[in-house]
Amino acid sequence: MIEALYARARRFVRRILSRPRIDLPLALGLFVLALTGLVTLYSAGDGNLALVGGQAGRFVLGGALLLLVSRIPPPVLRDWTPWLYAGSTALLVVVAVLGEGRGSIRWLDLGVMRFQPSELLKLTMPMMVAWYLHPRQLPPGWKDIAVVGLLIAIPAGLIAEQPDLGTAVLVAAAGAFALFLSGMAWWRIGLLLGAVAGMIPVGWHFLHQYQRDRVLTLLNPESDPLGNGWHIIQSQIAVGSGGVFGKGWLHSTQSRLDFLPEHTTDFIFAVFSEEFGLVGVIALVALYAFIIGRCLWIAMEARDTYSRLLAGAIGMSFFVYVFVNGGMVAGMLPVVGVPLPLISYGGTSAVSLLTGFGVLMSIHANRKMHF
Amino acid sequence: MKPRRAIKDPRGESLLFRRRALAGFVLIVLSLCLLVGRFVFLQVMHHDEFVTRSQANRVKPRAIPPARGLIYDRNGVLLADNVPAFRLEVVPEQVKDMPALLQRLGQVVPLDPGDLDAFRKQLRQSRRFESVPLKLHLTEDEIARFAVNRWRFPGVDVVPYLTRRYPLGGLFAHVVGYVGRIDADDLERLDPKRYQGTSHVGRSGIERSYENILHGTPGYELLEVNADGRTQRVLETHAPTPGKNLYLSLDVRLQKAAEAAFDGRPGAAVAIDPRNGQVLAMVSVPTFDPNLFVNGISQADYAALTNDPDKPLYNRALRGVYPPGSTVKPLVGLAGLETGMRTPQDTVVSTGVFYIPGQQRGYRDDQRGGVGRVDLVGAIEQSVNTYFYKLALDMGIDRFSEYMGKFGFGRPTGIDLIGESSGVLPSREWKAANYRQPWYPGETVIAGIGQGYWAVTPLQLGHAIATFAGHGVPYAPRLVMATQGGVKAAPQPLANPPSGPSLIRKPSDWNVVNEGMQQVIYGARGTGRQLGVGFPYLMAGKSGTAERFSRRSEAYETNRSTEYLATRHRAWFVAYAPADNPQIAVAAILESGAWGASAAGPIVRTILDAWLAAHDGEIADAKRLPVTAAPLPPSAASAAGAPPDIGAEDSEPAEDLPASATTSGGTP
Repeated sequence: MIEALYARARRFVRRILSRPRIDLPLALGLFVLALTGLVTLYSAGDGNLALVGGQAGRFVLGGALLLLVSRIPPPVLRDWTPWLYAGSTALLVVVAVLGEGRGSIRWLDLGVMRFQPSELLKLTMPMMVAWYLHPRQLPPGWKDIAVVGLLIAIPAGLIAEQPDLGTAVLVAAAGAFALFLSGMAWWRIGLLLGAVAGMIPVGWHFLHQYQRDRVLTLLNPESDPLGNGWHIIQSQIAVGSGGVFGKGWLHSTQSRLDFLPEHTTDFIFAVFSEEFGLVGVIALVALYAFIIGRCLWIAMEARDTYSRLLAGAIGMSFFVYVFVNGGMVAGMLPVVGVPLPLISYGGTSAVSLLTGFGVLMSIHANRKMHF
Repeated sequence: MKPRRAIKDPRGESLLFRRRALAGFVLIVLSLCLLVGRFVFLQVMHHDEFVTRSQANRVKPRAIPPARGLIYDRNGVLLADNVPAFRLEVVPEQVKDMPALLQRLGQVVPLDPGDLDAFRKQLRQSRRFESVPLKLHLTEDEIARFAVNRWRFPGVDVVPYLTRRYPLGGLFAHVVGYVGRIDADDLERLDPKRYQGTSHVGRSGIERSYENILHGTPGYELLEVNADGRTQRVLETHAPTPGKNLYLSLDVRLQKAAEAAFDGRPGAAVAIDPRNGQVLAMVSVPTFDPNLFVNGISQADYAALTNDPDKPLYNRALRGVYPPGSTVKPLVGLAGLETGMRTPQDTVVSTGVFYIPGQQRGYRDDQRGGVGRVDLVGAIEQSVNTYFYKLALDMGIDRFSEYMGKFGFGRPTGIDLIGESSGVLPSREWKAANYRQPWYPGETVIAGIGQGYWAVTPLQLGHAIATFAGHGVPYAPRLVMATQGGVKAAPQPLANPPSGPSLIRKPSDWNVVNEGMQQVIYGARGTGRQLGVGFPYLMAGKSGTAERFSRRSEAYETNRSTEYLATRHRAWFVAYAPADNPQIAVAAILESGAWGASAAGPIVRTILDAWLAAHDGEIADAKRLPVTAAPLPPSAASAAGAPPDIGAEDSEPAEDLPASATTSGGTP
């Protein structure tokens, strides 16, 4: 019995290794990105090898999960989708109940590790929207749009309540991209965006004071240079002083002398910009564009609607990470806790991102056959 | 299940998706271009600005205080030195329990409450990781005791620094002065840029008046600091420029001799080179140890100094004002000659008392019955009051004070020290301003013998005598002779040109007064007959005795013991030498001296002897006297045993100093 199981496991591993069902260009892009992340982290962490080692370990774990998930065929994934969505949303409710009266609660303490349910929604949300739209007539009409809107709003609202606006935006964007890719008519999109824009003054009232401060500080960081403006100012100093060619690897003074806060996590892009300059920034953004483009190409090649929408949404939400983080570091967007994918130090993000790419690999493996 | 409006069209959906994916990708690329645009804005267009701000962030300059200039006497004897000392410093962040640490530390190195107060004050103002001085100037014993216990006190360290030391102690306390720790008042007054990192500033004397030259220019180092302000490393060092060294014109040997001559009795002496205004000696007795003030004087020490009835902190030479008494008579005589009121041959009959024509009040002469008919030389020699009473009265107060004012009375001499007193030169204007009363002729009379409103500092009198001795060429007295930028550099002399042309019109007038002042020393009836004995060059001088109180009781007439008179008189002596080519002028006052010549005269002579010794007994361009000969013909024998003559040696000051309605007649 044990021997049989052992033999099966060995066969499984051999199959993964001998016939990896992965897209090589995408895998190469991710590998280069992860390597860039480790190199930058070594500098941002002031040569702390334990930090780099830990992050490398998470990449290995994420890579393993990527390979594992890539073995799950999209139809199976589709069957699990409602349950995964319902489960992760339920966890959000648990967090909301436990966190009552305790300020910001995002974590569930499982004893062994702390676990952030909102991270799950980054994947289950586009899955759910894709699952819902899969059997429908596309492009979707108002009724379907309304249902999808509700599917997005419930978890996004719960996350925003935590309060974690950054993740809420990411989760909502992932769902919205699936809707966008489903072919929702441009005029409907325009109408909805207009309505959302109209809601901004109302939404302002629901923001926490610290969130309003962050937005106001963005408009005029020098008004509070040692408080709310500190992050924005120091980050811009780091980026701006980097210039075209940068100060060189390990020569970021802003980071090394601790002027830059969170310089291994949310603001690692500033360290990267300071050390590698505009040239490095363009190269990194091009790498991200390549990965997103490759994701969309995989989506186009996908066999069914569910796979297409899911692959496209995952790829496009990757863009949101880059844009929100880059915009924050460059002083263009308010300070929200969005990491730079695969560069920022942090386990949950790396693992969940790579798991998402595992889904893409699986979709790629089950692509349309061209005869 | 209701049939859908249309059947799902996989091919159409796929095409639709393809279009959407492409549109999405184009939007994404555009957005990323926008993001890159922002980076171009920051990294290319505003690059310089951010580079500057990044530098300002990380690089902090720190001042390195300059070493204070040293002070030497004219021969290079060190008067003010910088010596390494050690202090205890505490880094607050390395101390867990500060009160307990201080308590335990106090058992090893005694900490007085003043130290602890200052420490706590500074502790509040400094950052956790910056070390704060706890106790300055550790003794070797304390250093040793701390060293063996050091392991018990993490965060506490012995740190070297430079502190000021005055190796000769009190000898120059009133001239060189001292430095003190910079306090809050100083911080408002001082240029914060120049005084960054400096802990001490000149408080008095040369240390204060030459602060600008002594202090130097601070250097700085550029430190790389992190966001907490903690130093990471030193990027650049720009060495400070040390303050310039000063060479004073004072001579330690004269200074020592002068101080010793007072033997602790309160008084002051000033010696000036008439040829250039350089001050050769300047003492004020008693004195104090300036080293006490450098690192903060203790309450007890300070109280002892301020409660001392002799006021050792008081610079008598510079600020003490006394009536000059008869010491001004030579100058009054000179005024008579120069204004044409007198010729050298004019004589006055001294009868023992002088009356203003038509007035009842009499003004006493020094000897009962007077000395008979005298000319100017004789009047100076014997200090005949009547001669000068009459001369002053004939001149009138306006001409009198105008002429005397030329010799610097009634205004600061302009010496390079701060805090000089102006004294008082009697004049109509001065009285009107201070008493709102008209001037009475009787006041002119007593002004003629240096009494009345007259008040001069020893420095002023020394300056006036030096000006006369230098044939009337006025020089502002100067203590600093030269500055030196660095130990190896050649000293740069400081120019001190005369402040005007000679005050004396006819050299023959000078000769007459000079003759009178020589006769004080060498004349048969000179008031200072003993003082020239054994001095190998010609001396000229004048004694003076001023009353401290007006005579009220008969005790003055009946009890004429030296001890009693010393409580009532101030004794002056002024002199210069060699009389044929004056190179040193001295003024000395003994606050409690019975008679000028006998009490203050020996002090002046001691200074002159020290001056001679400093020149190895040879003075250039002056006539040398036969050493053995005390050149005095008749009274030379009695000169040795002087006392019987003493009553005649000086003029008795007139009584009842300010003329007022109450003064009827002082003469018995």
